[in-house]
Amino acid sequence: MLAGATTNVVFGLLRLAIISAAVTAAHGEIADYDIAATNTYVWIGQGLLGFVLLWGNNELAERVRSGDVVVDLYRPWHLQGALLAQDVGRGGYALLTRLAPPMVFGMLLFPFQFPENPARWPLFLLSATIALVISFGVRFLVELSAFWLLDNRGLYGFWNVSSGLLCGLTVPIAFFPEWARNALWASPFPALLQAPIDVFLGHGNVVKLLLYQAFWAAAILAIGHFALQRAVRKVVVQGG
Amino acid sequence: MIEVRELRREFKVATSKGLRRNYKTVTAVDDVTFDVREGEAVGYVGPNGAGKSTTIKMLTGILVPTSGHIRVGGVDPSKQRRDLARRIGVVFGQRSQLWWDLPLKDSFDLLKSIYRVSAPDYRTRLDECVELLGLQEFLVTPVRQLSLGQRMRGEITAALLHAPELLVLDEPTIGLDLESKERLREFLQDINTRRGTTLLLTTHDLDDIERLCPRLMVIDHGKVLADGPLDELRAEVTPERVLVIDLTEPGPAPDVPGVTAVRSEAGGLRHHLTFRRAETTAAALITQVVRQVEVHDLAVVEPEIDDVIRKLYQRQVAQDANR
Repeated sequence: MLAGATTNVVFGLLRLAIISAAVTAAHGEIADYDIAATNTYVWIGQGLLGFVLLWGNNELAERVRSGDVVVDLYRPWHLQGALLAQDVGRGGYALLTRLAPPMVFGMLLFPFQFPENPARWPLFLLSATIALVISFGVRFLVELSAFWLLDNRGLYGFWNVSSGLLCGLTVPIAFFPEWARNALWASPFPALLQAPIDVFLGHGNVVKLLLYQAFWAAAILAIGHFALQRAVRKVVVQGG
Repeated sequence: MIEVRELRREFKVATSKGLRRNYKTVTAVDDVTFDVREGEAVGYVGPNGAGKSTTIKMLTGILVPTSGHIRVGGVDPSKQRRDLARRIGVVFGQRSQLWWDLPLKDSFDLLKSIYRVSAPDYRTRLDECVELLGLQEFLVTPVRQLSLGQRMRGEITAALLHAPELLVLDEPTIGLDLESKERLREFLQDINTRRGTTLLLTTHDLDDIERLCPRLMVIDHGKVLADGPLDELRAEVTPERVLVIDLTEPGPAPDVPGVTAVRSEAGGLRHHLTFRRAETTAAALITQVVRQVEVHDLAVVEPEIDDVIRKLYQRQVAQDANR
Protein backbone atom coordinates (compact mmCIF):
# COMPACT_ATOMS: atom_id res chain seq x y z
CA MET A 1 0.00 0.00 0.00
CA LEU A 2 2.62 2.50 1.11
CA ALA A 3 5.07 0.92 -1.33
CA GLY A 4 2.54 1.30 -4.16
CA ALA A 5 1.84 4.96 -3.43
CA THR A 6 5.55 5.72 -3.02
CA THR A 7 6.42 4.04 -6.33
CA ASN A 8 3.67 6.00 -8.06
CA VAL A 9 5.07 9.25 -6.63
CA VAL A 10 8.68 8.49 -7.60
CA PHE A 11 7.72 7.56 -11.16
CA GLY A 12 5.53 10.65 -11.20
CA LEU A 13 8.59 12.79 -10.52
CA LEU A 14 10.46 11.14 -13.39
CA ARG A 15 7.58 11.56 -15.83
CA LEU A 16 7.02 15.13 -14.69
CA ALA A 17 10.68 15.98 -15.33
CA ILE A 18 10.56 14.61 -18.89
CA ILE A 19 7.19 15.99 -19.98
CA SER A 20 7.68 19.43 -18.41
CA ALA A 21 11.09 19.65 -20.11
CA ALA A 22 9.32 19.06 -23.41
CA VAL A 23 6.63 21.62 -22.57
CA THR A 24 9.23 24.21 -21.55
CA ALA A 25 11.21 23.58 -24.73
CA ALA A 26 8.02 24.15 -26.72
CA HIS A 27 7.70 27.68 -25.25
CA GLY A 28 5.55 26.65 -22.27
CA GLU A 29 2.64 24.93 -23.99
CA ILE A 30 1.85 21.85 -26.08
CA ALA A 31 -1.72 21.14 -27.18
CA ASP A 32 -3.45 22.88 -24.22
CA TYR A 33 -0.88 21.60 -21.73
CA ASP A 34 1.01 24.37 -19.93
CA ILE A 35 3.22 23.64 -16.92
CA ALA A 36 0.33 23.56 -14.40
CA ALA A 37 -1.83 21.33 -16.62
CA THR A 38 1.17 19.02 -17.19
CA ASN A 39 1.69 18.71 -13.44
CA THR A 40 -1.95 17.98 -12.89
CA TYR A 41 -2.00 15.48 -15.76
CA VAL A 42 1.01 13.60 -14.35
CA TRP A 43 -0.22 13.40 -10.75
CA ILE A 44 -3.77 12.39 -11.60
CA GLY A 45 -2.38 9.80 -13.99
CA GLN A 46 -0.10 8.37 -11.32
CA GLY A 47 -3.03 8.15 -8.92
CA LEU A 48 -5.48 6.67 -11.43
CA LEU A 49 -2.98 4.00 -12.36
CA GLY A 50 -3.43 2.25 -9.03
CA PHE A 51 -7.11 3.15 -8.73
CA VAL A 52 -8.30 1.71 -12.04
CA LEU A 53 -5.59 -0.97 -11.72
CA LEU A 54 -4.29 -0.75 -15.25
CA TRP A 55 -2.11 -3.82 -14.74
CA GLY A 56 -3.81 -6.62 -12.85
CA ASN A 57 -2.29 -9.66 -11.23
CA ASN A 58 -3.53 -12.19 -13.81
CA GLU A 59 -5.01 -14.22 -10.96
CA LEU A 60 -8.06 -15.47 -12.88
CA ALA A 61 -5.83 -16.67 -15.74
CA GLU A 62 -3.71 -18.58 -13.27
CA ARG A 63 -6.84 -20.18 -11.86
CA VAL A 64 -7.92 -21.17 -15.36
CA ARG A 65 -4.48 -22.67 -15.95
CA SER A 66 -4.51 -24.68 -12.74
CA GLY A 67 -8.17 -25.64 -13.06
CA ASP A 68 -9.11 -23.96 -9.78
CA VAL A 69 -11.55 -21.83 -11.76
CA VAL A 70 -13.98 -24.73 -11.46
CA VAL A 71 -14.64 -23.59 -7.88
CA ASP A 72 -15.42 -20.05 -9.07
CA LEU A 73 -17.69 -21.36 -11.79
CA TYR A 74 -20.01 -23.48 -9.70
CA ARG A 75 -20.82 -20.82 -7.11
CA PRO A 76 -24.31 -19.29 -7.28
CA TRP A 77 -23.07 -16.08 -8.82
CA HIS A 78 -22.26 -14.56 -12.16
CA LEU A 79 -18.48 -14.83 -12.14
CA GLN A 80 -17.92 -11.58 -14.03
CA GLY A 81 -20.35 -9.68 -11.79
CA ALA A 82 -18.78 -11.08 -8.64
CA LEU A 83 -15.28 -10.16 -9.75
CA LEU A 84 -16.45 -6.69 -10.77
CA ALA A 85 -17.98 -6.18 -7.34
CA GLN A 86 -14.71 -7.28 -5.79
CA ASP A 87 -12.79 -4.84 -7.98
CA VAL A 88 -15.09 -1.93 -7.16
CA GLY A 89 -14.55 -2.73 -3.48
CA ARG A 90 -10.81 -2.70 -4.06
CA GLY A 91 -11.27 0.67 -5.79
CA GLY A 92 -12.91 2.14 -2.71
CA TYR A 93 -9.81 1.33 -0.73
CA ALA A 94 -7.46 2.38 -3.52
CA LEU A 95 -9.22 5.76 -3.64
CA LEU A 96 -7.58 6.62 -0.33
CA THR A 97 -4.37 4.67 -0.65
CA ARG A 98 -3.48 5.02 -4.32
CA LEU A 99 -5.45 7.85 -5.99
CA ALA A 100 -5.29 10.49 -3.27
CA PRO A 101 -1.57 10.38 -2.25
CA PRO A 102 0.01 11.30 -5.62
CA MET A 103 -2.66 13.97 -6.22
CA VAL A 104 -2.11 15.54 -2.79
CA PHE A 105 1.65 15.34 -3.32
CA GLY A 106 1.30 17.19 -6.62
CA MET A 107 -1.07 19.81 -5.20
CA LEU A 108 1.23 20.63 -2.31
CA LEU A 109 4.57 20.76 -4.11
CA PHE A 110 3.88 21.80 -7.70
CA PRO A 111 1.76 24.33 -9.59
CA PHE A 112 -1.59 22.56 -9.87
CA GLN A 113 -4.53 23.34 -12.12
CA PHE A 114 -7.63 23.08 -9.92
CA PRO A 115 -10.99 22.85 -11.67
CA GLU A 116 -12.65 26.25 -12.10
CA ASN A 117 -16.08 24.73 -11.53
CA PRO A 118 -16.36 22.72 -8.26
CA ALA A 119 -18.84 20.39 -10.03
CA ARG A 120 -15.83 18.98 -11.84
CA TRP A 121 -14.74 17.14 -8.67
CA PRO A 122 -17.73 14.78 -8.45
CA LEU A 123 -17.73 14.47 -12.26
CA PHE A 124 -14.09 13.47 -12.09
CA LEU A 125 -14.89 10.81 -9.47
CA LEU A 126 -17.71 9.49 -11.65
CA SER A 127 -15.45 9.38 -14.67
CA ALA A 128 -12.70 7.66 -12.67
CA THR A 129 -15.19 5.05 -11.46
CA ILE A 130 -16.35 4.31 -15.00
CA ALA A 131 -12.68 4.07 -15.96
CA LEU A 132 -12.24 1.47 -13.21
CA VAL A 133 -15.14 -0.56 -14.62
CA ILE A 134 -13.66 -0.44 -18.13
CA SER A 135 -10.23 -1.33 -16.79
CA PHE A 136 -11.77 -4.31 -15.02
CA GLY A 137 -13.53 -5.32 -18.24
CA VAL A 138 -10.32 -5.21 -20.27
CA ARG A 139 -8.36 -7.13 -17.63
CA PHE A 140 -11.16 -9.69 -17.42
CA LEU A 141 -10.94 -10.26 -21.18
CA VAL A 142 -7.16 -10.52 -21.11
CA GLU A 143 -7.36 -13.07 -18.29
CA LEU A 144 -10.26 -14.95 -19.83
CA SER A 145 -8.14 -15.57 -22.92
CA ALA A 146 -6.42 -18.23 -20.81
CA PHE A 147 -9.43 -20.48 -21.48
CA TRP A 148 -8.34 -20.66 -25.12
CA LEU A 149 -4.62 -19.94 -24.91
CA LEU A 150 -4.01 -21.76 -21.61
CA ASP A 151 -0.93 -19.63 -21.18
CA ASN A 152 -1.98 -16.02 -21.63
CA ARG A 153 1.26 -14.48 -20.36
CA GLY A 154 2.12 -13.27 -23.86
CA LEU A 155 -1.11 -11.32 -24.19
CA TYR A 156 -0.91 -10.20 -20.56
CA GLY A 157 2.63 -8.89 -21.13
CA PHE A 158 1.60 -7.19 -24.35
CA TRP A 159 -1.24 -5.42 -22.54
CA ASN A 160 1.09 -4.32 -19.73
CA VAL A 161 3.55 -2.83 -22.21
CA SER A 162 1.14 -1.21 -24.67
CA SER A 163 -1.57 0.03 -22.29
CA GLY A 164 0.54 2.94 -21.01
CA LEU A 165 0.84 4.39 -24.48
CA LEU A 166 -2.72 3.58 -25.60
CA CYS A 167 -4.45 4.95 -22.50
CA GLY A 168 -2.56 8.24 -22.33
CA LEU A 169 -0.27 7.42 -19.43
CA THR A 170 3.09 7.83 -21.17
CA VAL A 171 2.22 11.18 -22.81
CA PRO A 172 -1.13 12.93 -23.17
CA ILE A 173 -3.07 11.63 -26.15
CA ALA A 174 -3.32 15.24 -27.31
CA PHE A 175 0.43 15.09 -28.11
CA PHE A 176 -0.13 12.42 -30.79
CA PRO A 177 -0.53 13.27 -34.49
CA GLU A 178 -4.09 13.70 -35.63
CA TRP A 179 -4.55 10.25 -37.26
CA ALA A 180 -3.34 8.51 -34.08
CA ARG A 181 -5.56 10.67 -31.88
CA ASN A 182 -8.60 9.80 -33.98
CA ALA A 183 -7.76 6.10 -33.95
CA LEU A 184 -7.23 6.05 -30.18
CA TRP A 185 -10.41 7.94 -29.33
CA ALA A 186 -12.32 5.43 -31.44
CA SER A 187 -10.96 2.70 -29.14
CA PRO A 188 -11.79 2.10 -25.47
CA PHE A 189 -8.25 2.78 -24.26
CA PRO A 190 -8.31 6.54 -23.56
CA ALA A 191 -11.43 5.90 -21.46
CA LEU A 192 -9.20 4.23 -18.85
CA LEU A 193 -6.99 7.24 -18.02
CA GLN A 194 -7.10 10.13 -20.43
CA ALA A 195 -10.87 10.65 -20.17
CA PRO A 196 -11.01 11.20 -16.37
CA ILE A 197 -7.95 13.46 -16.61
CA ASP A 198 -9.63 15.50 -19.35
CA VAL A 199 -12.77 15.77 -17.21
CA PHE A 200 -10.66 17.18 -14.38
CA LEU A 201 -8.68 19.56 -16.59
CA GLY A 202 -11.70 20.69 -18.52
CA HIS A 203 -10.28 19.52 -21.83
CA GLY A 204 -13.11 18.64 -24.18
CA ASN A 205 -16.81 18.28 -23.53
CA VAL A 206 -17.57 16.57 -20.18
CA VAL A 207 -20.87 15.07 -21.30
CA LYS A 208 -19.30 13.67 -24.44
CA LEU A 209 -16.42 12.20 -22.47
CA LEU A 210 -18.75 10.52 -19.95
CA LEU A 211 -20.99 9.14 -22.70
CA TYR A 212 -17.94 7.81 -24.52
CA GLN A 213 -16.83 6.08 -21.31
CA ALA A 214 -20.29 4.72 -20.51
CA PHE A 215 -20.57 3.28 -24.01
CA TRP A 216 -17.29 1.39 -23.67
CA ALA A 217 -18.05 0.23 -20.13
CA ALA A 218 -21.26 -1.39 -21.37
CA ALA A 219 -19.61 -2.79 -24.50
CA ILE A 220 -16.59 -4.28 -22.72
CA LEU A 221 -18.72 -5.86 -20.00
CA ALA A 222 -21.08 -7.31 -22.62
CA ILE A 223 -18.16 -8.77 -24.58
CA GLY A 224 -16.79 -10.24 -21.34
CA HIS A 225 -20.16 -11.76 -20.50
CA PHE A 226 -20.46 -13.53 -23.85
CA ALA A 227 -16.82 -14.58 -23.83
CA LEU A 228 -17.34 -16.17 -20.41
CA GLN A 229 -20.42 -18.02 -21.65
CA ARG A 230 -18.48 -19.35 -24.62
CA ALA A 231 -15.53 -20.28 -22.47
CA VAL A 232 -17.71 -22.35 -20.18
CA ARG A 233 -19.54 -24.04 -23.05
CA LYS A 234 -16.63 -24.82 -25.24
CA VAL A 235 -13.59 -25.29 -23.18
CA VAL A 236 -12.23 -28.00 -20.95
CA VAL A 237 -11.65 -27.23 -17.31
CA GLN A 238 -8.10 -28.31 -16.64
CA GLY A 239 -6.99 -31.15 -14.49
CA GLY A 240 -9.51 -33.94 -13.96
CA MET B 1 -32.49 -36.47 -6.63
CA ILE B 2 -30.33 -37.22 -9.67
CA GLU B 3 -31.64 -38.49 -12.99
CA VAL B 4 -29.15 -39.18 -15.76
CA ARG B 5 -30.09 -40.66 -19.13
CA GLU B 6 -27.69 -41.55 -21.92
CA LEU B 7 -25.36 -38.81 -20.89
CA ARG B 8 -22.48 -38.18 -23.23
CA ARG B 9 -19.62 -35.73 -23.32
CA GLU B 10 -16.96 -35.52 -26.00
CA PHE B 11 -13.80 -33.47 -26.09
CA LYS B 12 -11.63 -32.49 -28.99
CA VAL B 13 -8.00 -33.25 -28.46
CA ALA B 14 -5.27 -31.99 -30.77
CA THR B 15 -3.26 -34.85 -32.22
CA SER B 16 -0.65 -32.77 -34.03
CA LYS B 17 1.01 -29.43 -33.57
CA GLY B 18 1.51 -26.58 -35.98
CA LEU B 19 -0.75 -24.40 -38.02
CA ARG B 20 -2.93 -27.14 -39.42
CA ARG B 21 -4.01 -29.10 -36.43
CA ASN B 22 -5.77 -32.41 -36.52
CA TYR B 23 -8.27 -33.17 -33.84
CA LYS B 24 -9.66 -36.41 -32.64
CA THR B 25 -12.76 -36.76 -30.56
CA VAL B 26 -12.39 -38.36 -27.17
CA THR B 27 -15.51 -39.54 -25.40
CA ALA B 28 -15.04 -38.87 -21.70
CA VAL B 29 -18.54 -39.93 -20.72
CA ASP B 30 -20.25 -42.45 -22.97
CA ASP B 31 -24.02 -43.03 -22.66
CA VAL B 32 -24.16 -43.06 -18.89
CA THR B 33 -27.54 -43.74 -17.28
CA PHE B 34 -28.32 -43.84 -13.57
CA ASP B 35 -30.59 -42.55 -10.82
CA VAL B 36 -29.83 -41.50 -7.29
CA ARG B 37 -32.72 -41.32 -4.86
CA GLU B 38 -33.00 -38.78 -2.06
CA GLY B 39 -31.00 -39.70 1.03
CA GLU B 40 -28.84 -42.26 -0.75
CA ALA B 41 -25.08 -42.42 -0.37
CA VAL B 42 -23.40 -43.48 -3.59
CA GLY B 43 -19.74 -44.17 -4.23
CA TYR B 44 -18.67 -43.33 -7.75
CA VAL B 45 -15.38 -44.99 -8.50
CA GLY B 46 -13.12 -45.70 -11.40
CA PRO B 47 -9.49 -45.30 -12.38
CA ASN B 48 -7.98 -41.91 -13.20
CA GLY B 49 -9.42 -40.57 -16.44
CA ALA B 50 -12.48 -42.81 -16.24
CA GLY B 51 -14.90 -39.89 -16.55
CA LYS B 52 -15.80 -39.32 -12.90
CA SER B 53 -14.92 -35.64 -12.68
CA THR B 54 -16.48 -34.94 -16.08
CA THR B 55 -19.74 -36.45 -14.82
CA ILE B 56 -19.55 -34.35 -11.66
CA LYS B 57 -18.91 -31.19 -13.66
CA MET B 58 -22.00 -31.91 -15.73
CA LEU B 59 -24.07 -32.65 -12.62
CA THR B 60 -23.09 -29.29 -11.13
CA GLY B 61 -23.78 -27.47 -14.41
CA ILE B 62 -20.23 -26.29 -15.05
CA LEU B 63 -19.89 -28.42 -18.16
CA VAL B 64 -22.57 -28.75 -20.83
CA PRO B 65 -23.25 -32.32 -22.02
CA THR B 66 -22.71 -33.16 -25.68
CA SER B 67 -25.97 -35.10 -25.55
CA GLY B 68 -28.26 -36.81 -23.08
CA HIS B 69 -30.49 -35.76 -20.26
CA ILE B 70 -29.66 -34.68 -16.70
CA ARG B 71 -31.91 -33.53 -13.89
CA VAL B 72 -30.58 -32.74 -10.46
CA GLY B 73 -33.24 -31.92 -7.91
CA GLY B 74 -35.63 -31.55 -10.85
CA VAL B 75 -33.65 -28.90 -12.73
CA ASP B 76 -31.34 -28.94 -15.73
CA PRO B 77 -27.93 -28.13 -14.19
CA SER B 78 -26.35 -26.21 -17.06
CA LYS B 79 -29.48 -24.12 -17.70
CA GLN B 80 -30.27 -23.31 -14.07
CA ARG B 81 -26.77 -23.51 -12.68
CA ARG B 82 -27.17 -20.68 -10.19
CA ASP B 83 -30.44 -21.93 -8.71
CA LEU B 84 -28.98 -25.39 -8.45
CA ALA B 85 -25.76 -24.17 -6.83
CA ARG B 86 -27.78 -22.85 -3.91
CA ARG B 87 -29.20 -26.34 -3.35
CA ILE B 88 -26.11 -28.49 -3.70
CA GLY B 89 -22.74 -28.51 -2.03
CA VAL B 90 -19.51 -29.51 -3.74
CA VAL B 91 -16.18 -30.40 -2.19
CA PHE B 92 -13.17 -30.90 -4.40
CA GLY B 93 -10.45 -32.75 -2.49
CA GLN B 94 -7.74 -31.17 -4.59
CA ARG B 95 -9.08 -27.64 -4.84
CA SER B 96 -10.11 -25.12 -2.25
CA GLN B 97 -13.21 -23.00 -2.07
CA LEU B 98 -11.87 -21.11 0.92
CA TRP B 99 -10.05 -17.79 0.65
CA TRP B 100 -6.39 -18.57 1.03
CA ASP B 101 -5.35 -15.45 2.94
CA LEU B 102 -8.41 -15.03 5.13
CA PRO B 103 -9.15 -16.65 8.49
CA LEU B 104 -11.43 -19.66 8.14
CA LYS B 105 -14.28 -17.81 9.84
CA ASP B 106 -14.11 -14.96 7.29
CA SER B 107 -14.41 -17.44 4.43
CA PHE B 108 -17.55 -18.81 6.08
CA ASP B 109 -18.94 -15.28 6.48
CA LEU B 110 -18.34 -14.60 2.78
CA LEU B 111 -20.07 -17.83 1.79
CA LYS B 112 -23.00 -16.89 4.01
CA SER B 113 -23.47 -13.77 1.87
CA ILE B 114 -22.82 -15.53 -1.44
CA TYR B 115 -25.39 -18.24 -0.67
CA ARG B 116 -27.74 -15.77 1.08
CA VAL B 117 -28.04 -17.79 4.27
CA SER B 118 -30.06 -16.13 7.02
CA ALA B 119 -28.16 -15.19 10.17
CA PRO B 120 -29.91 -17.65 12.57
CA ASP B 121 -29.58 -20.58 10.10
CA TYR B 122 -25.96 -19.72 9.56
CA ARG B 123 -25.21 -19.65 13.27
CA THR B 124 -26.91 -23.00 13.97
CA ARG B 125 -25.22 -24.76 11.07
CA LEU B 126 -21.82 -23.30 11.76
CA ASP B 127 -22.03 -24.13 15.46
CA GLU B 128 -22.96 -27.70 14.62
CA CYS B 129 -20.01 -28.13 12.25
CA VAL B 130 -17.62 -26.41 14.63
CA GLU B 131 -18.60 -28.85 17.34
CA LEU B 132 -18.71 -32.05 15.30
CA LEU B 133 -15.59 -31.34 13.28
CA GLY B 134 -13.65 -29.63 16.07
CA LEU B 135 -12.98 -26.38 14.21
CA GLN B 136 -12.84 -24.15 17.27
CA GLU B 137 -9.07 -24.10 17.70
CA PHE B 138 -8.31 -22.90 14.17
CA LEU B 139 -11.39 -20.83 13.33
CA VAL B 140 -9.38 -17.58 13.23
CA THR B 141 -6.29 -19.05 11.55
CA PRO B 142 -5.65 -17.99 7.94
CA VAL B 143 -6.48 -20.85 5.59
CA ARG B 144 -2.95 -21.01 4.17
CA GLN B 145 -1.64 -21.96 7.64
CA LEU B 146 -4.03 -24.88 8.11
CA SER B 147 -2.94 -28.49 7.81
CA LEU B 148 -4.60 -30.51 5.04
CA GLY B 149 -6.79 -32.30 7.56
CA GLN B 150 -7.93 -29.03 9.14
CA ARG B 151 -8.53 -27.48 5.73
CA MET B 152 -10.68 -30.39 4.56
CA ARG B 153 -12.83 -30.04 7.65
CA GLY B 154 -13.17 -26.37 6.74
CA GLU B 155 -14.03 -27.26 3.13
CA ILE B 156 -16.79 -29.63 4.21
CA THR B 157 -18.22 -27.00 6.55
CA ALA B 158 -18.10 -24.46 3.72
CA ALA B 159 -20.11 -26.81 1.52
CA LEU B 160 -22.74 -27.39 4.19
CA LEU B 161 -23.51 -23.84 5.37
CA HIS B 162 -26.40 -23.49 2.93
CA ALA B 163 -27.80 -26.91 3.97
CA PRO B 164 -27.59 -28.54 0.54
CA GLU B 165 -29.91 -31.39 -0.40
CA LEU B 166 -27.07 -33.05 -2.27
CA LEU B 167 -23.41 -33.08 -1.31
CA VAL B 168 -20.97 -34.00 -4.05
CA LEU B 169 -17.50 -34.93 -2.87
CA ASP B 170 -14.67 -35.37 -5.33
CA GLU B 171 -11.95 -37.38 -3.57
CA PRO B 172 -12.59 -35.83 -0.15
CA THR B 173 -10.13 -38.01 1.75
CA ILE B 174 -7.21 -37.72 -0.66
CA GLY B 175 -3.94 -37.18 1.20
CA LEU B 176 -5.47 -37.35 4.68
CA ASP B 177 -4.04 -39.40 7.53
CA LEU B 178 -6.04 -42.27 8.98
CA GLU B 179 -7.45 -40.35 11.90
CA SER B 180 -8.59 -37.41 9.77
CA LYS B 181 -10.17 -39.80 7.27
CA GLU B 182 -12.03 -41.58 10.03
CA ARG B 183 -13.30 -38.35 11.52
CA LEU B 184 -14.50 -37.13 8.14
CA ARG B 185 -16.27 -40.40 7.36
CA GLU B 186 -18.06 -40.39 10.69
CA PHE B 187 -19.23 -36.85 10.10
CA LEU B 188 -20.40 -37.56 6.54
CA GLN B 189 -22.26 -40.64 7.68
CA ASP B 190 -23.93 -38.55 10.35
CA ILE B 191 -25.20 -35.89 7.95
CA ASN B 192 -26.36 -38.61 5.54
CA THR B 193 -28.36 -40.57 8.11
CA ARG B 194 -29.50 -37.79 10.39
CA ARG B 195 -30.07 -34.90 8.00
CA GLY B 196 -30.88 -37.07 5.01
CA THR B 197 -28.40 -35.26 2.79
CA THR B 198 -27.81 -37.24 -0.40
CA LEU B 199 -24.13 -38.07 -0.86
CA LEU B 200 -22.30 -38.72 -4.10
CA LEU B 201 -18.61 -39.28 -3.68
CA THR B 202 -15.73 -40.25 -5.88
CA THR B 203 -12.75 -41.86 -4.26
CA HIS B 204 -9.87 -44.24 -4.69
CA ASP B 205 -10.14 -45.37 -1.11
CA LEU B 206 -12.14 -48.55 -0.65
CA ASP B 207 -12.65 -47.80 3.02
CA ASP B 208 -14.55 -44.62 2.14
CA ILE B 209 -17.02 -46.70 0.16
CA GLU B 210 -17.19 -49.44 2.73
CA ARG B 211 -17.92 -47.03 5.55
CA LEU B 212 -20.18 -44.59 3.78
CA CYS B 213 -21.78 -45.95 0.67
CA PRO B 214 -24.21 -48.82 0.58
CA ARG B 215 -24.17 -48.41 -3.18
CA LEU B 216 -21.24 -48.42 -5.55
CA MET B 217 -21.10 -47.31 -9.15
CA VAL B 218 -18.08 -48.26 -11.19
CA ILE B 219 -17.14 -46.32 -14.30
CA ASP B 220 -14.29 -46.79 -16.72
CA HIS B 221 -13.64 -45.41 -20.19
CA GLY B 222 -16.81 -43.36 -19.78
CA LYS B 223 -19.11 -46.33 -19.31
CA VAL B 224 -20.86 -47.56 -16.19
CA LEU B 225 -19.53 -51.07 -15.64
CA ALA B 226 -21.44 -51.95 -12.52
CA ASP B 227 -23.98 -50.47 -10.16
CA GLY B 228 -25.08 -52.06 -6.91
CA PRO B 229 -24.15 -52.86 -3.32
CA LEU B 230 -20.38 -53.21 -2.79
CA ASP B 231 -20.56 -56.68 -1.22
CA GLU B 232 -22.63 -58.05 -4.08
CA LEU B 233 -20.30 -56.63 -6.66
CA ARG B 234 -17.29 -58.01 -4.96
CA ALA B 235 -18.84 -61.43 -4.53
CA GLU B 236 -19.93 -61.45 -8.13
CA VAL B 237 -16.73 -60.26 -9.71
CA THR B 238 -14.09 -61.69 -7.47
CA PRO B 239 -15.65 -64.73 -5.83
CA GLU B 240 -12.30 -65.85 -4.50
CA ARG B 241 -10.76 -64.68 -1.27
CA VAL B 242 -7.27 -65.36 -0.03
CA LEU B 243 -6.26 -66.83 3.31
CA VAL B 244 -2.66 -66.14 4.23
CA ILE B 245 -1.22 -68.43 6.92
CA ASP B 246 2.12 -68.25 8.69
CA LEU B 247 3.23 -71.61 10.10
CA THR B 248 5.34 -72.02 13.20
CA GLU B 249 7.64 -74.36 11.27
CA PRO B 250 8.22 -74.63 7.51
CA GLY B 251 6.09 -77.29 5.90
CA PRO B 252 3.78 -78.10 3.02
CA ALA B 253 0.48 -76.25 2.59
CA PRO B 254 -2.48 -77.90 4.34
CA ASP B 255 -4.74 -79.85 2.04
CA VAL B 256 -8.34 -78.77 2.43
CA PRO B 257 -11.06 -79.57 -0.12
CA GLY B 258 -12.22 -76.56 -2.15
CA VAL B 259 -9.01 -74.67 -1.46
CA THR B 260 -6.13 -74.04 -3.81
CA ALA B 261 -2.65 -73.29 -2.54
CA VAL B 262 -1.49 -70.60 -4.94
CA ARG B 263 1.86 -69.60 -3.51
CA SER B 264 4.24 -70.36 -0.71
CA GLU B 265 6.87 -68.00 0.62
CA ALA B 266 9.79 -67.99 3.06
CA GLY B 267 10.68 -71.61 2.37
CA GLY B 268 7.25 -72.91 3.30
CA LEU B 269 6.63 -70.67 6.31
CA ARG B 270 3.89 -68.67 4.60
CA HIS B 271 1.16 -70.02 2.30
CA HIS B 272 -1.48 -68.25 0.23
CA LEU B 273 -4.69 -70.25 -0.08
CA THR B 274 -7.62 -69.17 -2.22
CA PHE B 275 -11.18 -70.19 -1.58
CA ARG B 276 -14.56 -69.30 -3.01
CA ARG B 277 -16.77 -67.35 -0.70
CA ALA B 278 -19.85 -69.09 -1.98
CA GLU B 279 -18.54 -72.51 -1.04
CA THR B 280 -17.00 -72.06 2.34
CA THR B 281 -16.68 -69.44 5.04
CA ALA B 282 -13.39 -68.15 6.34
CA ALA B 283 -14.23 -69.49 9.80
CA ALA B 284 -14.89 -73.03 8.59
CA LEU B 285 -11.72 -72.98 6.56
CA ILE B 286 -9.59 -71.77 9.45
CA THR B 287 -10.94 -74.51 11.71
CA GLN B 288 -9.89 -77.12 9.18
CA VAL B 289 -6.49 -75.59 8.64
CA VAL B 290 -5.54 -75.39 12.32
CA ARG B 291 -6.46 -79.06 12.71
CA GLN B 292 -3.79 -79.99 10.16
CA VAL B 293 -0.91 -77.60 10.85
CA GLU B 294 0.33 -75.39 13.65
CA VAL B 295 -0.52 -71.83 12.68
CA HIS B 296 1.40 -68.85 14.02
CA ASP B 297 -0.64 -66.12 12.36
CA LEU B 298 -3.28 -65.77 9.67
CA ALA B 299 -5.09 -63.14 7.66
CA VAL B 300 -8.02 -63.08 5.25
CA VAL B 301 -7.33 -60.76 2.33
CA GLU B 302 -10.20 -59.15 0.48
CA PRO B 303 -9.63 -58.16 -3.14
CA GLU B 304 -8.64 -54.52 -3.52
CA ILE B 305 -11.10 -52.15 -5.13
CA ASP B 306 -8.74 -51.78 -8.04
CA ASP B 307 -8.85 -55.54 -8.59
CA VAL B 308 -12.62 -55.43 -8.56
CA ILE B 309 -12.65 -52.63 -11.07
CA ARG B 310 -10.07 -54.29 -13.27
CA LYS B 311 -12.06 -57.51 -13.30
CA LEU B 312 -15.20 -55.56 -14.14
CA TYR B 313 -13.42 -53.88 -16.99
CA GLN B 314 -12.05 -57.17 -18.33
CA ARG B 315 -15.54 -58.59 -18.18
CA GLN B 316 -16.85 -55.62 -20.16
CA VAL B 317 -14.17 -56.07 -22.83
CA ALA B 318 -14.98 -59.78 -23.07
CA GLN B 319 -18.69 -59.01 -23.43
CA ASP B 320 -18.00 -56.49 -26.18
CA ALA B 321 -15.86 -59.06 -27.99
CA ASN B 322 -18.59 -61.69 -27.81
CA ARG B 323 -21.20 -59.41 -29.23
